Order: sequence, then structure tokens, then C-alpha cells
Amino acid sequence: MENKAIICKNLTKQFGSFRAVDQITFDVEQGEIFGFLGANGAGKTTAMRMLCGLSFPTSGKATVAGFDVYKQQEKIKASIGYMSQKFSLYENLTVFENIEFYGGVYGLSRSEIRKRGEEMVSTLGLTNEAKKLVGGLPTGWKQKLAFSVAIFHRPKIVFLDEPTGGVDPVTRRQFWELIYEAAANGITVFVTTHYMDEAEYCKRISVMVDGKVEALDTPANLKKEFNTHSMDDVFYQLARRAQRTADQS
Amino acid sequence: MKQLLAFIRKEFYHVFRDKRTLLILFGLPVVQIVLFGFALSSEVRNIGITILDNAHDNNSEQIINRIKTSSYFVVKDPVLNYRDIEEKFKEGSIKCALLFPSDFAGQMSHLGKVQLQIITDGSDPNTATIVVNYLTAIIANYQQQMKPAPQLSYQIIPQVRQLYNEEQNGSLNFIPGVIALIFMIVSTALTSVSIVREKELGTMEILLVSPFKPIMVLIAKAVPYLVLSIVNFIIILTLSVYLLDVEIKGSLALIFAESILFIITCLSLGLLISNRTNSQQTAMLISMMGMMLPTLLLTGFMFPLENMPWIFQVISHVLPSRYYYIIIKAVMLKGLGFSYVWKETLILAGMAIFLLTIALKNFKTRLS
Amino acid sequence: MKVLSFILQKEFRQIFRDKTILAMMFALPIVQLVILPFAANFEVKNINVAFVDYDRSTYSQKLINKIASSGYFRIVGNTISYNDALKMIEKNEADIMLEIPHGFERNLIREGSQQINISADAINGTKSSIGGGYLTAVLADFNRSLDVNIKSGNNSPANQSSLIDITYSDWFNPSREYKYYMVPGILVLLLTLIGGFITALNIVREKEIGTIEQINVTPIKKWQFILGKLIPFWIVGMIVFTVGLIAMYIVYGIFPKGSIPVLYLFAAVYLIALLGFGLLISTFSNSQLQAMFVAFFFMMIFMLMSGFFTSIDSMPDWARQISNLTPVTHFIKVVRLIVLKGSGFSQVKNEFLYLIGFALLLNGCAILNYRKTS
Repeated sequence: MENKAIICKNLTKQFGSFRAVDQITFDVEQGEIFGFLGANGAGKTTAMRMLCGLSFPTSGKATVAGFDVYKQQEKIKASIGYMSQKFSLYENLTVFENIEFYGGVYGLSRSEIRKRGEEMVSTLGLTNEAKKLVGGLPTGWKQKLAFSVAIFHRPKIVFLDEPTGGVDPVTRRQFWELIYEAAANGITVFVTTHYMDEAEYCKRISVMVDGKVEALDTPANLKKEFNTHSMDDVFYQLARRAQRTADQS
Repeated sequence: MKQLLAFIRKEFYHVFRDKRTLLILFGLPVVQIVLFGFALSSEVRNIGITILDNAHDNNSEQIINRIKTSSYFVVKDPVLNYRDIEEKFKEGSIKCALLFPSDFAGQMSHLGKVQLQIITDGSDPNTATIVVNYLTAIIANYQQQMKPAPQLSYQIIPQVRQLYNEEQNGSLNFIPGVIALIFMIVSTALTSVSIVREKELGTMEILLVSPFKPIMVLIAKAVPYLVLSIVNFIIILTLSVYLLDVEIKGSLALIFAESILFIITCLSLGLLISNRTNSQQTAMLISMMGMMLPTLLLTGFMFPLENMPWIFQVISHVLPSRYYYIIIKAVMLKGLGFSYVWKETLILAGMAIFLLTIALKNFKTRLS
Repeated sequence: MKVLSFILQKEFRQIFRDKTILAMMFALPIVQLVILPFAANFEVKNINVAFVDYDRSTYSQKLINKIASSGYFRIVGNTISYNDALKMIEKNEADIMLEIPHGFERNLIREGSQQINISADAINGTKSSIGGGYLTAVLADFNRSLDVNIKSGNNSPANQSSLIDITYSDWFNPSREYKYYMVPGILVLLLTLIGGFITALNIVREKEIGTIEQINVTPIKKWQFILGKLIPFWIVGMIVFTVGLIAMYIVYGIFPKGSIPVLYLFAAVYLIALLGFGLLISTFSNSQLQAMFVAFFFMMIFMLMSGFFTSIDSMPDWARQISNLTPVTHFIKVVRLIVLKGSGFSQVKNEFLYLIGFALLLNGCAILNYRKTS
């Protein structure tokens, strides 16, 4: 039980009379690449925020990296990485200054930051840009940088909220290589997306519809279950039943 | 046309959804009017005074009593010696001191005159002058009672009449100032910041690639703030009339027309600012510091223009708010007609057209 | 502690790259201190008088000359038409008008008294009452000096001598320069504007871009985050204060009479209070627009009620209570006391307690309100 990276049981988030997340239950194994899919407004981001310690659940249980989401949020935060849709890098700081800041905040020593930082920058091919302001970088590079910064402190789990929005397919592919590499190094990757082809890259996926988890399995099994060859179609069949649209979220 | 209306309606939703800003927008004029009308006053009252009474006789007692009963002064604890006076000043509890010599009655009967000393806080010159005037009056009054001076055989009697303000309302000239301020805040600052906000968030580009002509975009953005300004204006007028008993002497239609002209000027300014900046912070800074501060200072509503060095008076001529202030004062408070303000109106209209044209041209060049 | 140093490093880097903040630090104090005192002058001088002289005699001319030479007035018109003079008031060319009736001198002697009508533009209450007062005084003086009165003997020096002679002396500012009173207040206003707005806008901007969320997801502790915001802006504020003091000295020659360390002590606490206020506003605002307006609203009330523009003593009781509840009031009082009167710490310790109270209250509320988890 303790080996699981994330455990959720009947996790619920209610805003007034609106149930954004409705009694979801699932587990994520360590080192897994777990895809958290769903339409806009299905409740993905809300669920993820609860798991990251950004929002208190209304009811239900969950542990992340073995820590309870109600009582041990700060411990959770020390063990995870996070990359939001907006990338959350400081545009008016340089590449290296961003690395330095986040590294320091997670408790790395200055020498460690320098060493790892140089490695990371050269791996990403950003050595010439290291002293440039992040605001001047093209989106694709910002994304890769944001991800690398999110796992800079070698967290147990990294949460990615729609990380590949607005980027061309080639760059998306390269991004996923980074994700594979991280998973190979033992980091559990929890990624939300609405790109169905990315679902194929994950080991297991779940699909949220109207706040509930309506499917939870490997992509191959799901395709068999719904009798189709594409994840798009699986999703379409599930989402058709949805009552909510993005305007309500 | 229908599209434009839909667009305008969307903008209204944006504005009205932000309840907190709305609250402040409407609260601002109310608070200002209440403060200016009831709390703030350029009169001087309740001045802290301490007395060094070495005489301790009937005369000093009487004079001190008169001071106590006047509403101008608040008599604080008396001091026993000269040194303590400085201490009291330094604590900030008094603004002046009155000293009675020890031999008051004796000096009066033997020398025929006696000297009283007033010490004033020179660092606050206006209060110092007024303190001396009040005290002199109180003491002269006492003296009159003690020994009435003979009447002059031939008397010139001045009759002073207060024009335009029979109710003796504190200072009416702040009302046009409050109005101008609100217009500047809503029409210039708010408009510019919210347009820049869309630029920052990236939604502006979406608007610009839509089938709308760019001018429509600007109009749609400006209209909610135009309406807000007018509503605010009505609130201020209503409050002034019912809460402060101000009488609107001139033609309401003219007042409205001139105000709308001024609002348009402010809106153009806001549009111009939003064209030239890309960050909300800068837009706000320029609107507040660059526009509002000069408006406050150099229009003449807070501080009298005549006292300023000529360079400020020159700059004042470039500010639209100066002309609006003159117009509103003349029409609303003095009840004058258009014939008195046509010159200012013309200048204001000219400024409005000028600014609007530049704003629009600027906007178009930005696109290409 | 180490985490805090990383946070501060990031904040300082960002501040120095932000041109608007740099402009504020240096340009603003100078602009405000140089321009404002020249503009902000409440003295009543140069009252414009229009005469309607129906008499056109030597007497009326003497009266007009006397008024002209009194130093308070500027003659802008001398007509025989009431309407012309009234028009001047309407057009704002004249503030006050005085009518000398026909047969002035003759009627005065025949009937023993004569009325003179003065009409003042009372929209500016201060001007009209002071102007009216001055005119009345000049008229009284003129009255006394009239030949007829002197000849009749009722005007003899013996009868006129006042029993009570009043002398007055000004302490703390013998030259009675109005600027001395305004400039320290402007310095406070400056600090208030910067302290109140800057933190609020900065934090809300991070909210808008999304970096706050990123911070909330890290193990950064609340106190580290808050200190990380307060300290850099506090330093900016102290720099502005110093620039302001220097500008005050260079431009106006005002050097604080009292202890400069005490002045700085107060400025330090005041800044903390104000920054706490900005922090508090940021916890309630979701957009820079909102933060700007909320901050502006409160700043305006604080400044109006602070005793800078109008005197606190003249406020009604309820207003004075409100005034005491704003930190600005106390700081302005202290700055004026220390700079102009040389007050020492013991004389202003009450105000110090107030300021500390505010600092604790505002920052405390801000800290309680700020949540990493919603």
C-alpha cells in the first residue's frame, strides 16, 4: 500500500451546490506515467490541485507520496514538482536565475544548484541562452525549461497540468521524451491533458467526465473495451455522456 | 450595428462582474462628498492653547474664560513656567500659548497699559495668523467691556454679502473638483488599465482579428466607462443637492452636455495611454501620476491658481480639467449660461477632438 | 533562512529590472518635492477687487488707494456699472466687489453714517471670508483716519490707546514660509503612495501571471514568502525616504531640527505598517485593477483625513476618531514635530506606540489571511 505514489478514495470537492470532483477513487504506482484525461470543465485541474496541496478536499481521502492531503500538505509539497499551464517561470529572470530560485526554495545547496543546473542547461541545449531572460525564449523552450525546473529537485512525483498546450507536434514529441526520461529515473509522472494521442504515451490513463472517473485502465485495454482503434474515439464515447461544458468550470 | 451592441454588452458584463472595483467606484464619490462636506474644513477650530498665567487675577481669569467658551480654542493644561511651553509644543498638543505677566492689574493702573504675549507655532503659518487674529479679537472684546471706546462720530458701515453661497457651505469649490477627479479615475485610469489588461492577457489580439473594425473595439471598450462616469456624476449631484444642500443654479442640460464633453476627453486620454503602454502597472502609474496629480494640483480646485509660479499657470492651460472646472463652477454654482463659457467649451471640444484623433490614429498604426 | 536568501535574491533581481519601480524610487520623490510645494499653497494673497464707484470723488479715490496699498488686494476694475463689476465676478476675474455710493462723503457728514456694500464670491469660502475680513479692517482704518473724525476729537490718541497690548512671536519658523509646513507632509505622502501601492500590485501581479500558484506548491513557508516581499520593498521605501530627505535639504534647505535616527526609526515602522496594508489588500484582490482601486480608495481617505490638507483640530469629533485610526495621521504629525520643532523621542512616544500597533495589526491580518491552500 505504501509503495503507491498516489492513493485516492472517494475524493470530493464541492463549491456550494456544485460538485466539481465527485467521489473519485484511483491509485497511481510509483514510477508510472499516469494520464489524467477529461474534457474542459470535467474537474481535472480541481482534482490535481487537491493532490498538490493547493486546495482542501471537501470529503474523501487521499495520500500523495505517503502523506495525507489534509494534514501533511507541506510534506507533500516538499516531495513533489509542479508545472502549471502557464509554465510559471519568471519572465523577467534569466534561465539560470529561475533555476537558482526554485532550486534554493527546495533546499538544494548553491554548489549543488550550480552543478545540476549546468548539466540541465546543456542537456536542454540552452547553454547559450542561460543568461537570457526567459521572456525572450520561444514557447517550446520555455515548456521544456519549466518541466526541467519542476523536476530539478528530484521529487518523487511531478504533476503536469496541460503542459503541451499551444505547441507544435514535433516539440510535443520532444517534450514527451523528457517525460520518459524522468519516469525512467524513477519519478512518477501525473499528467493532465486533453490531447488524446498523448494518452497513448501513458502507462495507464483515467478519463474524468462530470467530476467522476468514468474509465481507468491502460490505453490498449480501453480501446478493446470500447471497440475502437483510437483513443479519440474512446474519449468521444465517454464524453458524449457529459452534462457539463467548460463554461461551468 | 447589432454586433457592436453585442460587443458592448459583453464589455458591460466584464465591468459589472468585478464587484469589488464597482463598489469602490461608487463608494469613492460618496466618501469624498461626505468627507469634504462634513469632516474637512479649511476653517480653524479647536486649536490647542496653553496658558502661562502669572497674574492669577480677575482679568486673566475673565480672559481665559472667554477663550474657553469660544469654539476656536481648546484650553489644555496650563504651564507653570516658560520652559514647559516648548515641551508642550514639541509634544504636538498645543499650537499656541498665551502669557499673562505677574503684575497685570498693577501695570494697568500705574502704566495705563499691559503687555500680553502670544507664542504661535510658526511652522504652521496659516494657523499662526488666525490664532493671533482670534486672540486679538477676544482680548479686544474684553477690553471693550472693561472700558468702552468712544464711538466715532462718522461711521462707515460695511455690509458684506456672500454671493452664490447664501447657506455658507464650507467650500463649494471642491464639488467640481470631486467630479473632475472621478471622471479622470473612471474614464482615464480605469479605461487605460483595463485595455492594457486585455493586451497583457492576450485577449486583445483575438478582438483585433475579429471582423470588427478597430474603431468598434475602442468604442465598445469605452462605452461602459462612459456610462459609469455618468452614473457617478448623477450620484455626486444628487448627494450634493440632498446631503449638502447645494443649489444647482444653472441649466442641468448644459451641465450634462459639458460633462459628457469632458468625459470624452478623459476617455481619449485613457485610450491614448493604453496605446502606448504594455503593462498595467505603467498604465496605472501614468494615469495616476501623470494625469490625476496635475489635475488635482494645477486646476485650481484644491489650491488657488494665483499663488502658483507662472510656469505652473502655463501648464495649467494645457490641462482639460482646468477648463471643465471653470465651466462647471460657472454653470452649476453661479448659474451662468452658455454665453459665459463658450470659450472654454470650444477649447475643451478642441482638446477632445484632438486627443480622440491621435488615439485612433495611434491605435491603427499599432495594428499595422 | 537559506530559503529566505534565495527568495530575496529573486525579488531584488526583479525589482532592479523593473523600470517603473526604479523611476518611482528616484524620479517621483524629486518631482513631488519640487513641484508640489510650489503648487500647494493655501495662503490667501492677491484678492481681486472690483470697484463700483458711483461717487467719483477725492474721498472715494482715497478709499480705493488705501485698499490698493494694503497689500492684500489687486485692483482689477473700477467702473460705474454694477453689472460690469458683477460680470467680472461671474467670469472669475474678480473675487470681491465694493460699491461706493453716490454722494459718499456728503452723506456721511449729513447723516453720520453711510453704508458700503461688499459682495464676495463665496464659492471659495476661505477666500471670501478672509477677503471680507481684510476689507472690513481696511475700511475701519480708513474710517478712523478720516479728517472729519480726527477733527471732531473723538479720535484722539488718548482715547484710542488700547489698554491691552498684544505682542506675538513665532516659534519654529520665524520666516513663516508655508513651504516648511508642506514639504515634510509631502515626504510622508510620497512614502505612503509607494508603500501602499507597491506591495499590493506586485503580489497581485504574481497572482495574475500564475507564479503565486507555483510558490504555493513549493515548501516555502508563509513567513518566508511574506518577509521575502516585505524586506525588499521596505528597503526601496527607505531609499525613497532618504532621497526625499536629501531633496528636501537641497531644494528647500530644510534640515531636521530633531534627531535623524528617531526620524528613521519612525519611517521604518511606518513603512512596515504600510507594506502590511498593501499585503492585506493583495490577499483580497484578484486582479491588479482591483488592487489598484482598493488601494487608491483607502490611500485617498487616509491622506484627506491625515491633517495634510486640512487641520485635524477643526474636524468634528467623529472625523477626528477616524483620523486617529489611520497610520498616516500619526506619521505626518511626528515628521512635522521632529523636522520642524526638533521634538525628541520621549515627546512622540505615544505616536510610536500607535504606529507599532498599526504595523502589528495590518501585518497580522495579512498573514492570517494569506493561505497557501484555499
